[in-house]
Amino acid sequence: MTDMQNTSLAERLAARFGDTLKTSVARNETTAELAAADLLAVATALRDEPGFRFGELVDLCGVDYLGYGQTEWDTTDVTSTGFSRGVEGEAMGRFDWAERPRDVSQPRRFAVVIHLLSVEHNRRLRLRVFCDDDSLPLVPSVTGIWPGANWFEREAFDLYGIVFDGHPDLRRILTDYGFVGHPFRKDFPLIGNVEVRYDAEQKRVVYEPVTSVVPRVLVPRVIRDDADLMQAQAEAADDWRRN
Amino acid sequence: MAQEIRNYTMNFGPQHPAAHGVLRLVLEMDGETIVRADPHIGLLHRGTEKLAESKPFNQSIGYMDRLDYVSMMCNEHAYVKAIETLLGIEAPERAQYIRTMFDEITRILNHLMWVGSNALDLGAMAVFLYAFREREELMDVYEAVSGARMHATYYRPGGVYRDLPARMSQYRESPWHKGKDLKRLNSWREGSMLDFLDAFTDDFPSKVDEYEELLTTNRIWKQRTVGIGVISPEQAQAWGMTGAMIRGSGIAWDLRKKQPYAKYAEMDFDIPVGVNGDCYDRYLVRVEEMRQSNRIIKQCVKWLKANPGPVMVDNYKVAPPKREEMKESMEALIHHFKLFTEGYGVPAGETYCAVEAPKGEFGCYLVSDGANKPFRVHLRAPGFAHLSSIDPIVRGHMLPDVVAMIGTYDLVFGEVDR
Repeated sequence: MTDMQNTSLAERLAARFGDTLKTSVARNETTAELAAADLLAVATALRDEPGFRFGELVDLCGVDYLGYGQTEWDTTDVTSTGFSRGVEGEAMGRFDWAERPRDVSQPRRFAVVIHLLSVEHNRRLRLRVFCDDDSLPLVPSVTGIWPGANWFEREAFDLYGIVFDGHPDLRRILTDYGFVGHPFRKDFPLIGNVEVRYDAEQKRVVYEPVTSVVPRVLVPRVIRDDADLMQAQAEAADDWRRN
Repeated sequence: MAQEIRNYTMNFGPQHPAAHGVLRLVLEMDGETIVRADPHIGLLHRGTEKLAESKPFNQSIGYMDRLDYVSMMCNEHAYVKAIETLLGIEAPERAQYIRTMFDEITRILNHLMWVGSNALDLGAMAVFLYAFREREELMDVYEAVSGARMHATYYRPGGVYRDLPARMSQYRESPWHKGKDLKRLNSWREGSMLDFLDAFTDDFPSKVDEYEELLTTNRIWKQRTVGIGVISPEQAQAWGMTGAMIRGSGIAWDLRKKQPYAKYAEMDFDIPVGVNGDCYDRYLVRVEEMRQSNRIIKQCVKWLKANPGPVMVDNYKVAPPKREEMKESMEALIHHFKLFTEGYGVPAGETYCAVEAPKGEFGCYLVSDGANKPFRVHLRAPGFAHLSSIDPIVRGHMLPDVVAMIGTYDLVFGEVDR
């Protein structure tokens, strides 16, 4: 995948789909953002049209953008106050189920990210679809276009609660039978909600609220200014990557 | 008189030895024919991706080993490559050769495990024992370089943890290893690790011949695999298959050739491709891949012997400074402290980096918001995509063919469940 090929892919996407896709190229990877309503039409075209031929859906996953760019350690304007200890904050390692942050309304929290591969043209493309509604994230299912999306969509449903409209069998896949909640959401505590143990009296495995571990974070989440500097360097060295 | 016949639902696993770990397969049977197969996975789900979001980047490398725990370093490679891409750094040339070499050692390790356990599933005991003989040698190489036989945590962003050892570990005298036997065991181990690998790669093709002699023309083996689980090239693409699964169906798709990373562009090797897309062809593809990996290791050994050099970038934001330097320099001490307490910030952005792992394309989708911890890590496991296709493929097959099919998928539940 050379740079030129990729630019032309972005250009051809723009020429074919116009404003439907918001295309960007970074680090030799092409990303196209689109609305959920357009997904099926665009996906079908991407699979079938000779210029694209993205015959393979390599990966599909959910992303929860809640708390993107938030830190737990203020590193600016601390001259008068001194550094905080970095023990405040709402990172998922810091709260348990009862104290989880609630009613966090954030416009367009959930996204589905699809990675496509064209074996024919040796090209990759990333599609990102933001879900319009945070309380009921809904995206059309692409299982009709790439049957391999089936389990990936089940996984995104299981872990993020993203509902795929038209999926033939949208069950949980990775979590336990009867699991409550969507564990990869950023407001789901890292220590979880329930734990299991064998109860000798009842002679069965019982589910109880977590007591054996306490929420704990060893390293606070920090964003430093020099990260911006490094980002500039990394983008300048964009063509460093050979594939 | 009409008789009512009902389908029979059967539980296969999660404790069945042929279920390769913790697969629970709910099979709907019509006699001994499969009508529907519904795999229940997730029994080994540990939330690796979520755990990775809660700690600095470097602390998650060890989790990667535990995903596909028979091809450890390839998983590390994808994760480390994603971090390097976002950071915009590149490992030194020698580190790239070391990675290439260990990726191929890992591939042989994986395929040996696969050929052994798959043969065992289908009734051939001996191959398993033979395969573990060579696995043992390569595990020793893992141990020599990282100190751990399996979960190495050897690849780091910016290179590899340390240079190859000058001495290979030797067997000590014990009630089990003594006399002539001990001398034979240690005969390759007199020199450095590279000398050992040199001797190993000279010898290994003859070992592959031994496995082939046991299986390739074996009548029972062929009866169990030829024409079983045929996957057409169209099906392979539709189900997101990669690696030996897609190559077995006749598509010459290999990331090492098509989107080369590390030093694969400099390597001379061939990509075996199947014709019929059945279990037997995938077996042949994997056996040939072992021979090709052997070739690559040999080329890497030759280069590594001739070209000493650094194996880690000279960037203290990412790589720790040398111990001696820390004794003298305040800067080095600070860098060391910051690196191991806070880690490093990775520029905001996202990337998908994939490597040709032994089982197929192992990818790491990494989203960073500029913090010292990843914002989102998604690991694309080849086994997950492969196993999802089991229902349409085993429909109409017999129950024993399901075992052959699970074997040919090369499943490891560490990566399927993550």
